[in-house]
Amino acid sequence: MAETVLTHSGQSPARLEGWRGIAADWASDQRAFKNVSWGKAMMWIFLLSDTFIFSCFLLSYMTARMSTTVPWPNPSEVFALNFGGKHIPLILIAIMTFILISSSGTMAMAVNFGYRRDRVRTAALMLVTAAFGATFVGMQAFEWTKLIMEGVRPWGNPWGAAQFGSSFFMITGFHGTHVTIGVIFLIAIARKVARGDFDVGRRGFFTSRKGYYEIVEIMGLYWHFVDLVWVFIFALFYLW
Amino acid sequence: MTNATVHVEGQLHAPAHGAVATGAAHAKGQQHPIKLYLVVWGWLFVLSTCSYLVDYFGLQGYLRWSLILLFMMLKAGLIVAVFMHMAWERLALAYAILLPPIAVLVFVTIMVLESEYTHLLRVLFFATPS
Repeated sequence: MAETVLTHSGQSPARLEGWRGIAADWASDQRAFKNVSWGKAMMWIFLLSDTFIFSCFLLSYMTARMSTTVPWPNPSEVFALNFGGKHIPLILIAIMTFILISSSGTMAMAVNFGYRRDRVRTAALMLVTAAFGATFVGMQAFEWTKLIMEGVRPWGNPWGAAQFGSSFFMITGFHGTHVTIGVIFLIAIARKVARGDFDVGRRGFFTSRKGYYEIVEIMGLYWHFVDLVWVFIFALFYLW
Repeated sequence: MTNATVHVEGQLHAPAHGAVATGAAHAKGQQHPIKLYLVVWGWLFVLSTCSYLVDYFGLQGYLRWSLILLFMMLKAGLIVAVFMHMAWERLALAYAILLPPIAVLVFVTIMVLESEYTHLLRVLFFATPS
């Protein structure tokens, strides 16, 4: 049954590169993404659509902030914390950023070990990633609690433009939801990896199809995207 | 599992999972030295620290803006290119995913003009005299 030689990069002889390659791939029969499985292609397309969603949130925030005549609350002050009597600006957000970047690193390692079929290390690194993610969400819950106690609401706050609250809760809330969903899926897939599902070809309970280690990379794509979105939120919401 | 089932399954999977179905192909999927990931990881930490320091030292104006956006784009580029393996994908996929966000930049331009106009109107007609 030919196991479609087509799908694998190095196997079919000459595949064009550069602009001619793009034209050839897109104009070809059956599939445009030649050496990418449908799972990976669909995750990329989902991430693209998610990019547009987050872009719309950030854009509406930008529009609100640029068009208001009321001063915008200074994020550097709003998110400052006192450590041992010292007032450090934006420190909570900085720590959250480092946690998320650490989790991205461990996820990249997990993908690498997944392709080496080292299931113990893959599962362990995925669980570490999930733990970092859960820590991040925990710190976000702390941040939300602190701001709500200080009187920030979607319709107003003590320091300035009313839209600060709605933008903040909308953007960070949506991002936190993504992180939470990521943590849940990380744990689910780490369990499959640890059990050896992808070595023995065990079928999933939902689709009754065999899984492959590639799912670790697809999971990784989602997780890195969550980190990527945070890079933009950190720069545009907290540092502006 | 009967052979028939396997056959049907195989046919269903053939086009999509061909790459991962064979062991040899599998081992080749996005294999890169661990050192590369560690180096990128290190750079992400350095860049994050830099962008935090921009705020810590309270830089303002165009210097602040250019630094923030520079560090943001460098971090985003490293994550997409290396961690998400976009650097090793075929151009057909890379361009399909990376070009559409340019539409967002057009949207940004439109909304910047729009919000400046709104701001102008608010200042002219609604601003409370202080």
